[in-house]
Amino acid sequence: MENTPTNYKDIKGWGIDADPENDPTYPIKNRTDEEHKGYNWERPAQQPVDIEVLQSNERPNVTAVFGTSTPPSGLSGEIRRFAFKYSEGSYGHWLPLILADRINVYEGIIDDLSSGRVPNIFAERGWTAEWKYNREGFIKKALAGIVIGSFVVAALCYKNKSKSHFKK
Amino acid sequence: MLAMNYRGPFRVRLDQKPYPEIKHPNDAIIRVTRSCICGSDLHLYHGLVPDTRVGMTFGHEFVGVVEEIGESVQKLKVGDNVLVPFNIACGACAFCKQGLYGNCHESNSQATAVGGIFGYSHTAGGYDGGQAEYVRVPYADVGPTVIPEGMDPDDAVLLTDVVPTGYQAAEMAGIQKGDTVVIFGAGPIGIMAAKCCWLFGAGRVIVIDHLDYRLEFARNYANCEAYNFKSLEDPVLFIKKITDWLGADACIDAVGCEAAGSALQTITGRKMLLQAGSATALHWAINSVKKGGIVSIVGVYGPTGNLIPIGNVVNKGITIRANQASVKRLLPRLIDHVQAGRLDPKGLITHRIPLEEISEAYHIFSAKLDNCIKPVLIPPSAQR
Ligand SMILES: NC(=O)c1ccc[n+]([C@@H]2O[C@H](COP(=O)([O-])OP(=O)(O)OC[C@H]3O[C@@H](n4cnc5c(N)ncnc54)[C@H](O)[C@@H]3O)[C@@H](O)[C@H]2O)c1
Ligand SMILES: [Zn+2]
Ligand SMILES: [Zn+2]
Repeated sequence: MENTPTNYKDIKGWGIDADPENDPTYPIKNRTDEEHKGYNWERPAQQPVDIEVLQSNERPNVTAVFGTSTPPSGLSGEIRRFAFKYSEGSYGHWLPLILADRINVYEGIIDDLSSGRVPNIFAERGWTAEWKYNREGFIKKALAGIVIGSFVVAALCYKNKSKSHFKK
Repeated sequence: MLAMNYRGPFRVRLDQKPYPEIKHPNDAIIRVTRSCICGSDLHLYHGLVPDTRVGMTFGHEFVGVVEEIGESVQKLKVGDNVLVPFNIACGACAFCKQGLYGNCHESNSQATAVGGIFGYSHTAGGYDGGQAEYVRVPYADVGPTVIPEGMDPDDAVLLTDVVPTGYQAAEMAGIQKGDTVVIFGAGPIGIMAAKCCWLFGAGRVIVIDHLDYRLEFARNYANCEAYNFKSLEDPVLFIKKITDWLGADACIDAVGCEAAGSALQTITGRKMLLQAGSATALHWAINSVKKGGIVSIVGVYGPTGNLIPIGNVVNKGITIRANQASVKRLLPRLIDHVQAGRLDPKGLITHRIPLEEISEAYHIFSAKLDNCIKPVLIPPSAQR
């Protein structure tokens, strides 16, 4: 069966208590009911789409302007493209994007290394500021790092030892 | 040019990047003279915003000098000193036309639920931001505003986000004369919101946080009451008690998705990412507002969803109002407030840091070191 639009104005009592002053969105929104006309405003000129722009499937087109920072690339880019098959209300959209972000961090390190640059992760994390303003915290973290590090090394050595034991 | 470069959670650095290009006839290129780090940037820095790509430049709070303009730009000329609202707005769509400049439909292809924002991940449009020497600014005839003669650039840079957001938080709280307002969060946004509540006629303004230095700052800067939730066993019960057992007329969430204060929220939201960050402050806001009261949310949350007591919203008849601040709509009024001395934005700035020390600047603001309230970054070309 087809759904036919109702002529709501024929409904008895329609609009009888309407009060335009009672608008909790004012002054946040200066209601003109502009959007009742649908997506038909005079659009600004279109920025030429000369890079890959992923587009929400909840809109029919690319926006008149868009950012050109870091187009999708590599494995993370593949995952991002997949994510955009799903709408913004779907976990299928957001969870792959979060995964892609994590993979992208490793891609960033590989990019750095392949251009001959070893990322200075301490400097990038701003640890000189930690040393300057939170020396106690810095030392605690460094000690914790050393302790955990030595445990890992010790555990590995122990494993190797027990393995060689077996061989005998 | 020099620009901030995101390398992954907690890792940022300064790199050489290509000078931005005009991509659209209504673009402008701005030479940045000041940019800030915002609490919103911390959500990106901590890896909580989906589709934050390695290599992006952050920064949505900046002022500068017009360096180049596209062929259709009419309102700006090269050499103008401008402040640039953090929202990218076309001025022509149905939403912009109704004053919803934070909800433009022609500036973000990647998501319909949020308008374009400078330097704020691809979920907000994929624009490189202003923590750089130069930045591309679309819709140059709509957003950028010439800084009035005599206005301090430190005041101007806070008019791009902090002042309008704090003001809108208070505006959305529907404050009537004599109302009691509780604000969660004593960051720059919460402190500015507290200050603005008075402009709307509040009778009592209370700020809640867990950092004593920030509470102290809020008390002095915004003439409000300030309490540390670590020393309150139950913040909601405390608020009930100090409001004659009824609750506040309005509560403002100026914390967003990285709230502390509840182990359950922190573990599920910030560690396991089972929800879009922790919603502790919003929880408290809903539970400490009066029946029929208003909760105003400016704290930022991710797109997947959060655990909040929606049943109490229904049962108490609470009105929730929330948005990204509509900077352009509010600017004329706020410029007036600053010029008349009713607001003193630059009083929030505690740190002026060369852009070259971007990694340290992020760490200081994120880890709340050195009593930091608001850090401003100064590019080498603007250092005196
Ligand atoms: N809607 C907008 O337009 C808009 C604009 C700017 C910023 N924001 C958002 O506003 C929020 C605050 O920004 P900011 O720059 O002030 O950030 P900030 O990180 O400097 O401040 C947040 C403060 O909240 C405190 N806090 C943590 N948990 C709390 C809790 N449970 N109760 C009370 N306080 C708690 C922190 O100690 C901190 O002082 C962020 O989420 C930011 O993204 C929104
Ligand atoms: Zn901001
Ligand atoms: Zn618009």
